[in-house]
Amino acid sequence: MAITRDEVLHVARLARLDLRDDEIEQLTAELGAILDAVGKVAELDLSDVPPTSHPLAVVNVLADDEPHASLDFDQALANAPAVDGPLFRVPPTV
Amino acid sequence: MEAVIDTLRLTAEDAQGLVEHKELSPAELHAAYRHAIAQRDPELHCYLRTIEEPVGEGIPIALKDVISTQGVETTAGSKILAGYVPVFDATVAERCKGAGLTLLGKTNTDEFAMGSSTENSAFGPSRNPWDPTRVPGGSGGGSAAAVSAGLAPWALGSDTGGSIKQPSALCGNVGLRPTYGTVSRYGVVAFASSLDQIGPVAKNVRDCALLYSIIAGRDPRDATTVELPEQVTLPTDERLDGLRIGVPKQVDGLTAIEPGVRAAFDQAIARARELGAEVGECDLPLSFEYGMACYYLVAPAEASSNLARYDGVRYGTRVDGSTYREMVERTRDAGFGPEPKRRIMLGTYALSAGYYDAFYGQAQRVRTLLIREHRDALDKFDIIATPTAPTVAFPIGDKAADPLAMYACDVLTIPSCLAGLPGLNVPCGLSEGLPVGLQLIGAQFGENTLFRAGHALEQAIGFDTVPTRYR
Amino acid sequence: MAAAGAWEPVIGLEIHVQLKTRTKMFCRCASGYGVGGGENTQTCPVCLGFPGALPVPNRQAIDWTIKLGLALDCEIASRAVFSRKNYFYPDLSKGYQISQYDLPFCRNGTMIVPTEHGDHRVGIVRAHLEEDAAKTVHVGGARGRIGGAEISLVDFNRGGTPLVEIVTAPDIGSSDEAKRFLQLLRQTIVELGISDAEMEKGTLRVDANVSIRPKGSTELRTRCELKNMNSFSYVARGIDAEVARQIGVWESGKELRQETFDFDGASGTLTPRRSKEEADDYRYFPEPDLVPIEPSAELIARLRAELPELPATRIRRVEQALDLEQSMVLVSGGLDRLWEATVAAGAGGKAAANVIANNLVGARVDPSAVSPGELAALISARDRIPRQAFDQAIGKLAEPGFSAAPYLADEAVSDEALLEPIVDAILAANAAQVEAYRGGKTGLLGFFVGQVMKETGGKANARAVNDLVTKKLAG
Repeated sequence: MAITRDEVLHVARLARLDLRDDEIEQLTAELGAILDAVGKVAELDLSDVPPTSHPLAVVNVLADDEPHASLDFDQALANAPAVDGPLFRVPPTV
Repeated sequence: MEAVIDTLRLTAEDAQGLVEHKELSPAELHAAYRHAIAQRDPELHCYLRTIEEPVGEGIPIALKDVISTQGVETTAGSKILAGYVPVFDATVAERCKGAGLTLLGKTNTDEFAMGSSTENSAFGPSRNPWDPTRVPGGSGGGSAAAVSAGLAPWALGSDTGGSIKQPSALCGNVGLRPTYGTVSRYGVVAFASSLDQIGPVAKNVRDCALLYSIIAGRDPRDATTVELPEQVTLPTDERLDGLRIGVPKQVDGLTAIEPGVRAAFDQAIARARELGAEVGECDLPLSFEYGMACYYLVAPAEASSNLARYDGVRYGTRVDGSTYREMVERTRDAGFGPEPKRRIMLGTYALSAGYYDAFYGQAQRVRTLLIREHRDALDKFDIIATPTAPTVAFPIGDKAADPLAMYACDVLTIPSCLAGLPGLNVPCGLSEGLPVGLQLIGAQFGENTLFRAGHALEQAIGFDTVPTRYR
Repeated sequence: MAAAGAWEPVIGLEIHVQLKTRTKMFCRCASGYGVGGGENTQTCPVCLGFPGALPVPNRQAIDWTIKLGLALDCEIASRAVFSRKNYFYPDLSKGYQISQYDLPFCRNGTMIVPTEHGDHRVGIVRAHLEEDAAKTVHVGGARGRIGGAEISLVDFNRGGTPLVEIVTAPDIGSSDEAKRFLQLLRQTIVELGISDAEMEKGTLRVDANVSIRPKGSTELRTRCELKNMNSFSYVARGIDAEVARQIGVWESGKELRQETFDFDGASGTLTPRRSKEEADDYRYFPEPDLVPIEPSAELIARLRAELPELPATRIRRVEQALDLEQSMVLVSGGLDRLWEATVAAGAGGKAAANVIANNLVGARVDPSAVSPGELAALISARDRIPRQAFDQAIGKLAEPGFSAAPYLADEAVSDEALLEPIVDAILAANAAQVEAYRGGKTGLLGFFVGQVMKETGGKANARAVNDLVTKKLAG
């Protein structure tokens, strides 16, 4: 199953990967081969088989609405690449 | 005078006994492992970092670097997490601490546990203690190699599609991938949430069971955990009378299995018969035919989402940009290595509009069939047995250029992972001087049965876990 | 809008309600709802999306979502699933929002909005539970860059707060209907006790999907989305502005483009949002860190039993005694229960409605703290006690242990025998004004009444004084 360069670029944008040209080329080839292999699942007619998203058959695992201690803000920000006072700082979104 | 401690042979259980009887102090024990690390780790590169001063009064343990350790850098083998020091402990790290275990260090892993050789670590590969020109397997190659090389009495790994079992097979020790839901994933850097499980790596089955008993059980912070239906029992039986072992008939048709691996596996099965087990043939056609394809859709899809949090905002490395978007794209491109990128791309594609049904949706349905198929087989048998890996440890660099060849390393471990079932690797012999692993798959929550069978076989086989070059 | 009569709007609403649980949706940090504390002090590994942290759903938030669904006459899912909605934004700590996709808690409901022409039924397509985003502040640059902030700053305190999203069918035909619907929905939410639902505080947020079509047709044309409207009036004005704009586009023979607008209530302007570089593709899939929720029949029965009588039913009942408009005001203001109790305690229906909807609300009295008996006593005596005393009493109605008695004791003097000597004295003392009045300057009546009121220290009944003075002057 071939994947086009444009599709690779589209997926890279969705995944927020600023791929270099050589990476794009290599991934186009590699993903094509991998998709060929995994595309095998399409061979099966599974219209009457329910999907499994989880191997554990439990339901209703919930927590009571009781507060626990939060982190101190300096712990929250301890690993941040850039901060401004008690806030995380990022380049502008607009 | 310091007691002579042979870390290559000392089991965790024996070490614990020595500490309890005050024949050895925890500090001496820790120092002995640090000594071994200083001697052998420069060559093997099992550890990404080690702890100088032990904290705790028990025996040491090594943790795979996907497990968050408060105050100790945790990178998951990725540049994007270089310098990240968690402010909290993973539940398994907390439980180890609670049991008095002292952290020796964090072991190497393929980046985000994606790989089968540890070559995908951003910090360089680990090497196999039996032959340092070869890989230790992966992704948990660091933990497995450390245990085999006497650099830790035991260790924790994580297994998504074989990352505990396969390195244990290639390094010649015992590794358990527990039933999905029995061990908390809280604080373990996620790869694929519906598949990831944490489990022990040890020199023998009893140690493995002991460590499992420390980490297992429901965690209120992980909604996908359950209480163990029965307590862990340390195995003592040396017989397998009444145990029904099924060997999938598809093993015969799998040409990827090396003859030496096959021979060692057949011997182990013959040994099981001698111990009283009833061995028969079981049938897992879809698992062998579609397991890999299913896995390489489900796992990357989940991974593509799990790895979205690495955006350079709250932790990890950042490559600046003039806008938020530019910063994120540059950070992720620079921070992720080729394998995570491949899987993020594959998973994003499999989930994207127009492809979801054909890929991810279809894989989820295949997964249903694999679960049914395993359930049927395990109705007739207590255990399914296969080789753990089709080959012995391969030379570093051999498969690095071919993702599909690397993925094929896990062909035997993947199906039961998709089914959420426990699997135990027990060393069963050598081929070309390198360890071969026997994979025992149990029913859901069937760990005690695996321990019992593994222990009896281990005793009968008498595999020497110390790599020949260290003897 | 010359040809507005030829077009009819088709409006659907998307409403987000922040639940007032004590803790967040998927972690046990205190919820940002009304809790003080500095920025990034209500955060933990889970809501900050630290590696390995895992969500655990808040039971209370789920119960409340189901309860709201029952109040909106929805079908409650026998199996509900959380899904991941994948996109990148600095206020989203995990690179995905945990939301619901194909298996929401509530579906196929209806909310009834009573109107003069019968019940207006607004379909509820779905109501689902998700986590709120954090707060991003865009800080302008020192160099005064135009059209963009220099940096963005993120506070994760709000991140992960439970949010219910309600999506209506495009069943709303005017800005006025939208406003009425929202007022009733808000009142329903407030009465369920699950949210304060205040638009000004952002605990209730409304987006509108607006299209228009030739009156009487059933076609569906291109729709535009309106965001950022932070009061019901702004919602109504935003819809009106957008409808007018769309009429203009269609009538000029152009094709309407699908767009999203921010409505600025202050200036009444619609600003288009920058279109994205690529189409949204959220890659929803079931959240693998969570297991499905299967609400039990017992739970649903219990929640159903806890439901209060719904606003639409009450509007129709109150309307029997009043008119629809007054009834709407009372019910959507949460005042109808007090009104009913006050009427039951002896007050007249119309008078009680007026006093409650005007005086009480004007004095910002909490209706739930008012004793209907005392209020009824006050209302019945309203014409007989001084205005000042009445207003004072209204202001104190919600105080603990309030009694109307002291104010009633202050009952205004309306006894003619008592008032007559005072009136006579005032008229005698102001002969010139009496002369002028009788000469046609009838506007002086107020002057005499005022003098009498002053003399009696405000205790005279104004109407009685009025009648008496008029009689005397005529005499």
